[in-house]
Amino acid sequence: MGIGDASAPRNRLAVAGARATTQAMLRQQPRGDVIRNTVFAGLLLLAVAIALAGLLALLIQAFAKGSSALSTDLFTNPPSTAFPEKAGYRPAIIGSLQLIAGVILFVVPVGIGAALYLEEYADKSRWWNTLIEVNIQNLAAVPSIIYGILGLAFIVRGPLDLGFILAAGSLTLALLVLPMVIIAAREAIRAVPDSIRQGSLALGATKWQTIRTQVLPASIPGIATGVILAVSRALGETAPLLLVGATVFVTFDPTPFGTDGYSAMPVQIFNYALRPQEEFQALAAAGIIVMLVVLLAMNSFAIWLRNRYEQRW
Amino acid sequence: MAQDDRAQTGRDTREAAAVRAGIAVRPNEFRQRSGGKREKVFELKGVDVSYSGTTAVKGISMDIHRNEVTALIGPSGCGKSTLLRCLNRMNDLIPTAEVKGELLYRGEDLYGSRVDPVQVRKLIGMVFQKPNPFPKSIYDNVAFGPRILGRKENLDATVEKALRGAALWDEVKDRLKDNAFGLSGGQQQRLCIARCIAVQPDVILMDEPCSALDPISTGKIEDLMIELKDEFSIVIVTHNMQQAARVSDRTAFLMVELDADEQNRWGRLVEYDETEKIFTNPADKRTEDYVSGKVG
Repeated sequence: MGIGDASAPRNRLAVAGARATTQAMLRQQPRGDVIRNTVFAGLLLLAVAIALAGLLALLIQAFAKGSSALSTDLFTNPPSTAFPEKAGYRPAIIGSLQLIAGVILFVVPVGIGAALYLEEYADKSRWWNTLIEVNIQNLAAVPSIIYGILGLAFIVRGPLDLGFILAAGSLTLALLVLPMVIIAAREAIRAVPDSIRQGSLALGATKWQTIRTQVLPASIPGIATGVILAVSRALGETAPLLLVGATVFVTFDPTPFGTDGYSAMPVQIFNYALRPQEEFQALAAAGIIVMLVVLLAMNSFAIWLRNRYEQRW
Repeated sequence: MAQDDRAQTGRDTREAAAVRAGIAVRPNEFRQRSGGKREKVFELKGVDVSYSGTTAVKGISMDIHRNEVTALIGPSGCGKSTLLRCLNRMNDLIPTAEVKGELLYRGEDLYGSRVDPVQVRKLIGMVFQKPNPFPKSIYDNVAFGPRILGRKENLDATVEKALRGAALWDEVKDRLKDNAFGLSGGQQQRLCIARCIAVQPDVILMDEPCSALDPISTGKIEDLMIELKDEFSIVIVTHNMQQAARVSDRTAFLMVELDADEQNRWGRLVEYDETEKIFTNPADKRTEDYVSGKVG
């Protein structure tokens, strides 16, 4: 009791001192840290701003120039060199739709097939399978013009000798985006845990039954996302198409195997943009707006699809 | 009577599957249900298993009996799971795995050249350590096996019977169409057991089936094992000695063995006997030390 009384003031002092130290530690941040933090955050923000500035500038310019030309005529009228006010993108839009339809037809079975083989069947300890893997990664980075040359040499002429038809362009674009699809599909297939495969095999399912009933259904959302992103890339490609005969100026609706030429959206935009007249410039800008909207919609759909349906294990 | 008929049909399909697997069936073995507890399902004679040339288990010889629960116990890395996975050729999925010695299933060499591992797994099912339901509905999980085996008649009845067999029916009967991922861990594991018994296997292998579960779910699965052994033969790998003591009729104790210069290690069967004997009066000192908690 006595001891407690005597030491009480000193204890209070000690407690107050400790609290002050705690307060100081909680509140004071070294000045240097504050500056470094602010500078670093500022630099990161700048990086974001630069990235967005490009897109923003494109959007503003396209809208400023092209909004006057935006109308439904854009979708229904064929191009014209003489009457920019009546000119549109109809053959180009139809050409692009047919091109990507062909791309999907080719890329879905071949891409998924290749991915399934590489993931489920190939023996990864063999060097040639590693070589294939590295090469597919490389192919995805090959410039598109190279695919144009390939298409010209092997599809339009050469072994396949299809001529300058839309289907040949489609096949060229399909080869261009095939590595993307294979890579995306492989990732989706790899995301299916082995425990699912083993569970299925342990019930007496064959390898193919396991793939068909377990692995593929579980990886379809990821594969679909990859296909959509690949198709949107194919939709925006111009360079390879110029080489394989997407004629710059077509006024009729193209057909897949017609030999009279075909066009595609980006090629037509390029054609309008080359003309000096203000009206054609506006037409090109309007085309750019249409393309941007379509691509944005496709990519958003791909992201939505992935978030909505992707299996969480 | 109806029960008998169903059991009979189950046996017939098993028999047919055995024939497809290239395993010669001796009809009596499939029919002699009640005849003799000592009937053998597996006979292992000097079985070695290695991965890329490194021995994982060595010289395992044991008989596994029908309508019994056989437990494999031992410390981590002693090759219990490796051994279990040999019994339905799941080790075939690892390209570098190699099984030597003689491993007979009902008198036939399980690793014979004409034996198809896919057919083997139809007769010898497996439940894994971590519940691995398919990302499908509860119903489709159970129906998966019968469907891939082409047994599509009376699917509803098969599913119900399997879910009842796994003591899960009452909990899920009103939500059969719900995704199996919505079930608790214990329910998921019982679903995996239901999925397994829906294909009417002969043997069920269980690889630490309760290690990811809470004590209540564990208790339910242990009760289930004891019930299921009337119809199936069960081999279970467990870390939990009390579990082995509670559910199994026979227990095999495996241990890690080192070679002279302690460079290589492999699993070795130390003792295999009736569970009661292993836990009360083991013949080997190492078994005694392990089951009494002195080592391991």
